[in-house]
Amino acid sequence: MIKTLKPYLKGYGKYVLLCTLAIALEGILEILVPFMMAKIVDVGVVNQDLNYVLKIGGLMLVMSLCSLACGAAASRLSAIAGIGFGSQLRKALFDKIQTFSFSNIDKYSIPSLVTRATTDVNNVMRMFLMLTKTAVRSPIMLVTSICIAARINSELVMIFLITVPIIGIALYAIIRLSFPLFEKMLKKYDGLNASVQENLIGIRVVKAFVRSAYEKIKFKTSNDELMKASIKAEKVIILNMPIMQFSTYLCIILILWFGGGLVMDEKMLTGELMSFITYVTQILMSLMMLSMIFVNVLISSASVERIVEVLNEEIDITDHENSSSQPIKKGNIEFKNVSFSYKKNGTSKVLENINVKIEAGETIGIIGGTGSSKSTFVQLIPRLYDATEGSVLVDGRNVKDIKIETLRDSVSMVLQKNVLFSGTILENLRWGNLHATEQECINACKVSNAHDFIMSFPEGYQTYIEQGGTNVSGGQKQRLCIARALLKNPKILILDDSTSAVDTATDASIRKELKEKLKDMTTLIIAQRISSIQDADRILVFEDGHIQDIGTHEELLLRNAIYQEVYESQMKGVVSE
Amino acid sequence: MSRKPNHPTKTFLRVLSYLAEKKFLFVLVIFLVLMNSGAQILGNYFLKPIINDYISPMIGVAKENRVYTGLILILFQLACIYITGILCGYAYKYIMMKLSNEALNRMREDLFNKMQDLPIQYYDTHAHGDIMSCYTNDIDTIREAMSEGFTAIISSVVSVGGTFIMMLMISPFLTMFILIMAVLMILIIKKFGSLSSSFFKKQQKAIGKVNGYVEEMFEGVKVVKVFNYENKTMEEFDKINNELKDAAIDANTYASIIMPIMGNLSYITYAIIAAMGAVQVINHMLDIGSLAAFLQYTRSFSHPLTNLSQQFNSILQALAGAERVFALIDEKEEVNNGKVTLVNVKKENGKLVECEEVTHLWAWKHPHGDRYELVELKGDVRFHDVVFGYEKNHTVLKHINLFAKPGQKIAFVGSTGAGKTTITNLINRFYDVNEGMITYDGIDIRLIRKEDLRRSLAMVLQDTHLFTTTVRENIRYGNLNASDEEVIEAAKLANAHGFIEHLPEGYDTVIRGDGANLSQGQRQLLAIARAAIANPPVLILDEATSSIDTRTEKLIQDGMDKLMHGRTVFVIAHRLSTVRNSDAILVLEHGEIIERGSHEELLAQKGKYFELCMGVSELS
Repeated sequence: MIKTLKPYLKGYGKYVLLCTLAIALEGILEILVPFMMAKIVDVGVVNQDLNYVLKIGGLMLVMSLCSLACGAAASRLSAIAGIGFGSQLRKALFDKIQTFSFSNIDKYSIPSLVTRATTDVNNVMRMFLMLTKTAVRSPIMLVTSICIAARINSELVMIFLITVPIIGIALYAIIRLSFPLFEKMLKKYDGLNASVQENLIGIRVVKAFVRSAYEKIKFKTSNDELMKASIKAEKVIILNMPIMQFSTYLCIILILWFGGGLVMDEKMLTGELMSFITYVTQILMSLMMLSMIFVNVLISSASVERIVEVLNEEIDITDHENSSSQPIKKGNIEFKNVSFSYKKNGTSKVLENINVKIEAGETIGIIGGTGSSKSTFVQLIPRLYDATEGSVLVDGRNVKDIKIETLRDSVSMVLQKNVLFSGTILENLRWGNLHATEQECINACKVSNAHDFIMSFPEGYQTYIEQGGTNVSGGQKQRLCIARALLKNPKILILDDSTSAVDTATDASIRKELKEKLKDMTTLIIAQRISSIQDADRILVFEDGHIQDIGTHEELLLRNAIYQEVYESQMKGVVSE
Repeated sequence: MSRKPNHPTKTFLRVLSYLAEKKFLFVLVIFLVLMNSGAQILGNYFLKPIINDYISPMIGVAKENRVYTGLILILFQLACIYITGILCGYAYKYIMMKLSNEALNRMREDLFNKMQDLPIQYYDTHAHGDIMSCYTNDIDTIREAMSEGFTAIISSVVSVGGTFIMMLMISPFLTMFILIMAVLMILIIKKFGSLSSSFFKKQQKAIGKVNGYVEEMFEGVKVVKVFNYENKTMEEFDKINNELKDAAIDANTYASIIMPIMGNLSYITYAIIAAMGAVQVINHMLDIGSLAAFLQYTRSFSHPLTNLSQQFNSILQALAGAERVFALIDEKEEVNNGKVTLVNVKKENGKLVECEEVTHLWAWKHPHGDRYELVELKGDVRFHDVVFGYEKNHTVLKHINLFAKPGQKIAFVGSTGAGKTTITNLINRFYDVNEGMITYDGIDIRLIRKEDLRRSLAMVLQDTHLFTTTVRENIRYGNLNASDEEVIEAAKLANAHGFIEHLPEGYDTVIRGDGANLSQGQRQLLAIARAAIANPPVLILDEATSSIDTRTEKLIQDGMDKLMHGRTVFVIAHRLSTVRNSDAILVLEHGEIIERGSHEELLAQKGKYFELCMGVSELS
């Protein structure tokens, strides 16, 4: 797990190293201070040597200043390293998700991906910052303190050698005991928040069915459960304070007793005894810090796992060495024995044994019920998904042998769930072609019947689109999306239910424009409305992952039961009955 | 969101009132914290007599001549003080842990209960994310501050104060140095605090930008792929990510640099005191035991000071969070002063009589003084000259008059924003009319208790919201007292029984939050079953079938027809095929009914409805 994260430290290794050095130096200097103090008392005071006192005092001052400089430098260095690491990790995650194929994306929910790139990265970064500061410092403090204490008096240090491991084990036991309890508590916490969120989304249902009282009781139950779980976990963790205090105090008393004896025996000096007591707090504090690191690493390990999962995700649609970047010239399409399943093992096929040939410049209508796999069918053409069996050919070339970029530049698709991005209309349109001139954009908008409503906005093409396109209506959004797709100058255009919110007259006008201005372009139109496809060259009728029939509107109306049924349900009583 | 609270004292006291629900325990906590810190301070003070009176005099004395009783006695006293301290420490931690958990529990409960009582208007005007963050971010910061901050402040103040007094007692001269250092430290904390908060603001802004971009680009990642835009978005992200990095490095540096500065300043103080003290000892102005104790105090003086400065920040943040939580708790509840209630009745000699048992016959109980009148629940809904707007100066409905007799099906057609959904919002009193009146079986709905009014209506909405529980419980949501048999019956009525049987665990299949394991059509059928089991006389279908294709709709239609039979139904639909067989179709535009009549009549009028049917106009 940690191995996967290592590369994102690249370029910051030296900062980590310098930071570690600074922190080590700071720690050692800090520990030397009480040691010097002992010298002042034992040598300076005892010998009544004022010069010595001032000399050592001055030295202590210099050391403290050095230590301060080291500490400040370490703060800066660790900030650079930790945040640099976090930002590289975030970038890597973002880039990785950008290279995800559709099936990779389908595996995760969008909010969960957002959480990973934001909250989880922050958690890991925080842990890393803490580690750079304390992971080095605490052990150094611990070891040096014990060493110096041993130098002062090798007998008295035995007190530490006995107590430290015992406390260590006790702290470790507390963590081990409390961690599963905390995990349980966090799960309850997430569950509670999820149910609040659900209640929030469904508040109209709750109110309409007068279920507030019921919801309140339900919430109280899980809220109380959360409290109990939390108390259970914290009960264990708060034990660390009495344990720490107890061991600190025990050490002090032991040192006073045994150390007092040594002083009386003149085997030890008073100043040394005093500095020894100072080391008690230092040693035990670093022990405490070590246990805190442990807790934090455990807590953030869930975030690390979630990040690593994304980073290690295998991208299933990529170019191979021999992918050709030769542009697509004509735009004919062929499906040869194509089957498709969303599952890796190929079970539960949603498309089965599809064989169809589409000539360049043809307009194809596609119709079928929800779940009949119309969208899946067209998504195989720009390789948004790869066929599980059989092959999809464009211009006679297998799509798997064409560079993805080349393929998708020539196959323009307007998705069913489409989005506009925050930015001006012009900026949104230029997603289709970064270098499109304003005139080209206007032309595309004229074809998609968007020009008139754009011009009706006070700021025309400079109108700012809010995130998600919330400030334009559904029909307007769809027409902008079509214009954006047209700017690619594609050989093949796929409209996946892209005019559902557009009125039939505008819909017809768009189709007319497409036919007149872009007659060489192959067009595939998926629609719910018969009127959107009835003048297509051919219509494919989908049912349960099969092409059930192919023909013109007139042919299908005569012979195809499904087509007739859909036609009737839409036309009945509207035009004539 | 701001990090600074507007009314820190008021909010603090209110948080305290949650904590101090059990006053005795709360006072006890304060007492125990005092004892714990006191024990520590007193313990340090013992160093002086131990060294001065019991160790130093024995130096060089032969082992046989030494008197240990004094030392043993004083060490025993010290141990007693320490043990008291430890016990008090553990006790306050334990009580505080319980108190704060209980306080948070109550806070969450108050929050949730209030949420249930808020009018729909609140939800229409506040982002879900903001409400959720009360539960997550805000409660979290309060939790941290409660469990650590509160007691830390008490013990820090006690430690600093107590230590200061002790130091003063030992040596006023040396204490002066400590005082100078303390002032210096506070100045540094202030300086760095304001520095870091200005960098922090910059960082927050950058975080907002990065998070926003991540959200937008992940939401649209499929579009990015279709347009080969990956490299472009990566470049853009690189830019804003670097901006964040620069801001974060500065913010973090200044936030974390306080610690080493404070820590080392305390060592500098320590060094100065050690040297100065030693000089005094040499000049016989101070004894060695006092110096030892003073040095120990020096060390324990700066730690709580640093701690205090750290806690202060987190407490301010918690108070800002608490302010948001309390703002929600203080929101005005939905007004509910209706007196008319819905009761079970039976017919005796042709007269309605109220009764306890379930009779499937209901009546409105309308009190007039101490007498009351029973009006049979039929489902007759009328709008009398209704005017309504969500905001002042912006009318959505203008003088609407309409009537629906029991058992009639009334359809609304019109584009988004024409006011269709508003009408249903008014019928179940999610909002109240500004002018005019809506009557239900002849009673002004404002006189009816909201629970009872809503119980007499059922809604099927476009976004079929299902809950994360079993299919059975989801259907039962319409009527909590329904038996398993009644659930199945309702499912059969809605034509949902068939597919439910085919689910892995039938009626016990758990529906996941996003309902990903069910198709849109299936979810819709469950919503219809849920409405069916409620068995109300009036039904509102708001775009209930709009996301279903026409073929699937035909399958649902049968279930819908059965559900609608014998009820007053309001249908709002985008698709015209759904509204065709209504008793009356109302075409709404800009908040006015511009056409009304049956399908045939409206077609014959060749007005807006005709245009819509012919597809000349756009509905969006």
